[in-house]
Amino acid sequence: MAETTGKRTLSIGGLDEGFVLDHIQAGHAMTIYRYLHLGDLDCTVAIIKNAESRKMGRKDIIKVACPIDYLDLDVLGFIDHNITVNVIKDGKIIEKKKLKLPKKVTNVIRCKNPRCITSTENHLDQVFVLTDPEKEIYRCMYCDEKWDGKLARQ
Amino acid sequence: MALRHLMSPLDLSVEETNRLLDLAVDIEHNRDKYAHRCDGKKIATLFYEPSTRTRLSFEAAMMNLGGKALGFHDASTSSVSKGETVADTIRLVSCYADICAMRHPKEGAPLVASMYSTIPVINAGDGGHQHPTQTLTDMLTIRSLKGRLENLTIGLCGDLKFGRTVHSLIESMSRYKNIRFVLISPEELRVPSYVTEEMKEKGIPYKEVIALNEETMKDLDVLYMTRVQKERFFNEEDYVRMKDFYILDAAKMAVAPKDMIVMHPLPRVNEIAPEVDKDPRAAYFKQVQYGVYARMALILTLLGLDKEDK
Repeated sequence: MAETTGKRTLSIGGLDEGFVLDHIQAGHAMTIYRYLHLGDLDCTVAIIKNAESRKMGRKDIIKVACPIDYLDLDVLGFIDHNITVNVIKDGKIIEKKKLKLPKKVTNVIRCKNPRCITSTENHLDQVFVLTDPEKEIYRCMYCDEKWDGKLARQ
Repeated sequence: MALRHLMSPLDLSVEETNRLLDLAVDIEHNRDKYAHRCDGKKIATLFYEPSTRTRLSFEAAMMNLGGKALGFHDASTSSVSKGETVADTIRLVSCYADICAMRHPKEGAPLVASMYSTIPVINAGDGGHQHPTQTLTDMLTIRSLKGRLENLTIGLCGDLKFGRTVHSLIESMSRYKNIRFVLISPEELRVPSYVTEEMKEKGIPYKEVIALNEETMKDLDVLYMTRVQKERFFNEEDYVRMKDFYILDAAKMAVAPKDMIVMHPLPRVNEIAPEVDKDPRAAYFKQVQYGVYARMALILTLLGLDKEDK
């Protein structure tokens, strides 16, 4: 598999089994890498930055050589549900998974409200609940502090 | 009966709210009927920050029903000062009492309690977040004194930015038909945009004004005054400038509608002059009494003792 950058071609090896996260907003690959805890996996991970894209101009791509079950699709949908997830088996795309905004995310983001109970009781799960799917607004389950998905992606 | 808690006024549907308010009215008129409904029951009032009025109201409510009250009203004298979590405290309290009212400076603490509790938990105020029994009190006062919760023009005056009672009242009253709001505040203390946005979305008519005068008050059925809270300001200068922005006095009451009631969650500072207390339209002390009835109705409802045959 190859990604073209101008005249030269940067080659990244193909996948037998794993998944490709395509259409990541340019510059956001490392954020996704961290949220998905890809650094904790033993498998091969390739990050392609600023690849050319007809749809987006520039985009990032992540390729991971491990079974799809390892991937938390809820977290990915929460970060950016426009990302395309291609599941690869025997070197072929066998499925394109559609991401959606999860109703609830646990321990992905932290509440920033200093008056929230989670600021003093650290053992509590950080839970955010989707309250407005259209505007992509999540709120802290405990104190209703707002988290704006669209704003966070900018 | 399924275990039920009250964290926000919107936890109750409109029907449930109406039923609870009906019960509160029945309690007001038939005190003897309810005097032993909670014999042998105990309420734990866990007040991590002082709020004498709310605590006494809960304890009086339980005692009026024949029950008893226990608890603490200062976190420094409880095991909390030793670092006990809310979860552990409520697990213990669940063994001592039948129902609990929790006041906490941290937002969401009562929700955490409800997650670990085996008894009903009532949020008695969590930071600047929610204070559902104040809203029930306000609604009961309006319904009792105006005879309805529909077709009302409600004026809210003072600190509309930080006042959680104001936001909760707007949210709860917006569920009734033909409600209009007149939001009276200085520029700096206007109601947050998310509240006005929600009103726009629901098609609730409202207007924002600065002056509290005859023109502003002319259509009001209810004037809800609030205190400018010192603790919300970062500097003393701003607070001093804002604190006496509105003073409702006899002269203003003279040009107010004859059937407009004046409410206030109390404590008041200067925003209502003591001379207004004698005015029959002053409803803020009656509001305190309605607060006890609303809490009695809530305790009965959450304990499943609201029906006569139980």
